[in-house]
Amino acid sequence: MTKLVISPMTRIEGHLKIEVDVEGGKVVDAKSSGTTYRGFENIMRGRDPRDASQITQRICGVCPTAHATASVRCLDNAFGVKPPPNGRIIRNLIFGSDYLMSHILHFYHLVALDYVKGPDTEPFIPRYEGDYRLDPKTNQAGVEQYLKALEIRRKCHEMVALFGGKAPVVAGMVVGGATEVPALDKMVSFQWRLKEIREFIDGTYLPVVYLVAGAYKDLFSVGVGCKNLISFGVFPLDDAEKNFLLKPGSYTEGKDLPLDPMQIREYVKYSWYQGRTTGLHPSKGLTVVEFDKEGAYSFIKAPRYRDLPHESGPMARMWMTNPVLSKHANRFLGIDESKDVRFRDLGDKAFSILGRIAARAEETKLVADAMEKWIFDLKPGAPSWSNATIPREAQGVGLTEAPRGSLGHWISIRDRKVENYQVVAATIWNACPRDDNGTPGPIEQALIGTPVPDVKNPFNVVRVVRSFDP
Amino acid sequence: MTLTRRQFLKICGGAGAAFSLSGSLIPEIVAALENAVAGNPPVLWIQGAMCTGCSTSLLNTTHPSIAEVLLNIISLKYHGTVMAASGEIAFDYLWESAAKNYGKYFLVVEGAVETINQGKCCLTGDKEGREIPFTELAKYLGKGAAAVVAVGQCATFGGIPAGQPNPTSALGVGHFLKDNDIKTPVVNVPGCPAHPDWVVGTIAHALMFGIPELDSDGRPTLFYGTLVHDNCPYRSYYEERRFAKSFGEVGCRVELGCKGPETYSDCWKRGWNGNVNWCVQNAICIGCTQPGFPDNFSPFYVKTTG
Repeated sequence: MTKLVISPMTRIEGHLKIEVDVEGGKVVDAKSSGTTYRGFENIMRGRDPRDASQITQRICGVCPTAHATASVRCLDNAFGVKPPPNGRIIRNLIFGSDYLMSHILHFYHLVALDYVKGPDTEPFIPRYEGDYRLDPKTNQAGVEQYLKALEIRRKCHEMVALFGGKAPVVAGMVVGGATEVPALDKMVSFQWRLKEIREFIDGTYLPVVYLVAGAYKDLFSVGVGCKNLISFGVFPLDDAEKNFLLKPGSYTEGKDLPLDPMQIREYVKYSWYQGRTTGLHPSKGLTVVEFDKEGAYSFIKAPRYRDLPHESGPMARMWMTNPVLSKHANRFLGIDESKDVRFRDLGDKAFSILGRIAARAEETKLVADAMEKWIFDLKPGAPSWSNATIPREAQGVGLTEAPRGSLGHWISIRDRKVENYQVVAATIWNACPRDDNGTPGPIEQALIGTPVPDVKNPFNVVRVVRSFDP
Repeated sequence: MTLTRRQFLKICGGAGAAFSLSGSLIPEIVAALENAVAGNPPVLWIQGAMCTGCSTSLLNTTHPSIAEVLLNIISLKYHGTVMAASGEIAFDYLWESAAKNYGKYFLVVEGAVETINQGKCCLTGDKEGREIPFTELAKYLGKGAAAVVAVGQCATFGGIPAGQPNPTSALGVGHFLKDNDIKTPVVNVPGCPAHPDWVVGTIAHALMFGIPELDSDGRPTLFYGTLVHDNCPYRSYYEERRFAKSFGEVGCRVELGCKGPETYSDCWKRGWNGNVNWCVQNAICIGCTQPGFPDNFSPFYVKTTG
């Protein structure tokens, strides 16, 4: 048996350590460890509740608008306020633009170098050597697209900033709506950029994803994972915020179930937190660190839904929403283009490294196409914000989907200050350690069984981890 | 071409047409930097308690583009978010590059230094079977650097991790190195995140002319020398006592909680993301370039008294 330690796990957000045991050319056991603690939830205590949207965005600099969205929904809920239609739409446009940024960044800048051989210059060397399967021409196209995609993702951030003030980390999302009153020139400026980005998604990103997939077909059966999926739903389409572009729900032990947020618990037996805080619902959750705790191996808690690990992210959302896929998918699958192919038609292929990568690319198109319509739903000059006062005592919950998975914020307000604040973040679902029953988390489960033909260059291990976009 | 320090400062400072057009560094700087690239000292970029927001922000640099920065301008030997290598190969390369260039490289630090539990609160990688806390990395690499560039609010002043009750005893890297008697010069480039022009401009200055002029908080005066409120496009509303009471209303934003009166930065002229917008135009300034952020500026949405 060979023990492989991959630390630092690069090209992700934050600090992650992956340990796998390899026997007979396959991973037989895996551990995922989050190796940093900052204590945001405790830093939130005692503050003005409205500060949540600014403080919590700094949890993740790749998807700050996800935390902005979760926190303002949480505050809307606690304050009892509804954003006007412009507020809802602007939030969707800001967040949608960041989705496009994050997904494009993920594929081209965080993941592609595991499939495309970069130029022979730092920071593209050193690298694992061996399993690069693209022909020289396709590989060169990949390198060129890497550079082009840098520009495209920058423009996505310009779209975020047009209504959000700046990116990353926006000024423009607050309790009660958004701060920017839409002006026609900004709408046009936004739409002009979106047009170019949609062309890139449809003409470059999606085709190359399926091109790469064609060269690595075996990876449609590697990195299966726990096969339980969860989505909180994202991009509310009506003012009651009941219908979402990407649907909420769970797929638990092979059954589709409606989402019940009361079924979430966080366990800490294997995390560096005090044992007395295990098994709590996030509305009553506590984050009390205990360094050097025996048996623990991660600063990430283990969230469970109906007491089972659930994968979250684009693949889960696409499974739940089951939309018609792009025609690129038809071509890849060899299905006549006049027929609709839906995500679930991928079957077991969905539960894999490439299933996750394809889901992300298809979702990018779905969101970008929807945004094209939303921009015209804005009423120039009409308010985007409803005033609201801080309640003396209240509870709130804000659920959304970060680009990388299900995100929830829970608040308790007492004497108009934050009494307790809890965050269950996207990567917590996927990169978590074992729970109190000893059941491994989704990334850990996805690693088990992964072929590692060359332990010096464990390509498939890092491919599995990065397919979750941690 | 050669570019004098004087010209460089003029361009970065946004005097003339450059800032009003793109709000970014202009092609003359790129050309000058590319000339120098062969002899440029390597850059090592390390990350402590952070959110990757400053790296994400750096990717938004327009002139020079990030592709030019990475391929032609800086010899970036280590950056956990962009480099191809993973695990041991990556981490060994960091230590080797540092040893080979000891005393010569520039160290960029993103993220705060968490000092609680002997630093075993932010583990950055495994070396010879041992987990290396960020404290150890910052000390060793800080000592061997020609200069340290602290990027972002966390690396400069501790940022949100150092916000009350500072659960991890986090602090900025300059403060941390001083506490450990390490005398390497430190340049602070705060902001949450830092503007890409501030980062590229500071590194460019350091590569071409040495350490730029700094204020008493260690920030380049070139970028942090002006008070937002004194230069704000909404200043005339303040003089007229016309104050916005709700978002989207015309007027000065101080009643909404704007921290422009206490904040030094050039956001007011540089703008963000290709100058399509900036915080005060959109909502309010929350003081993210200042020491003492967030606690001295929170609550953000309440007017500062006094």
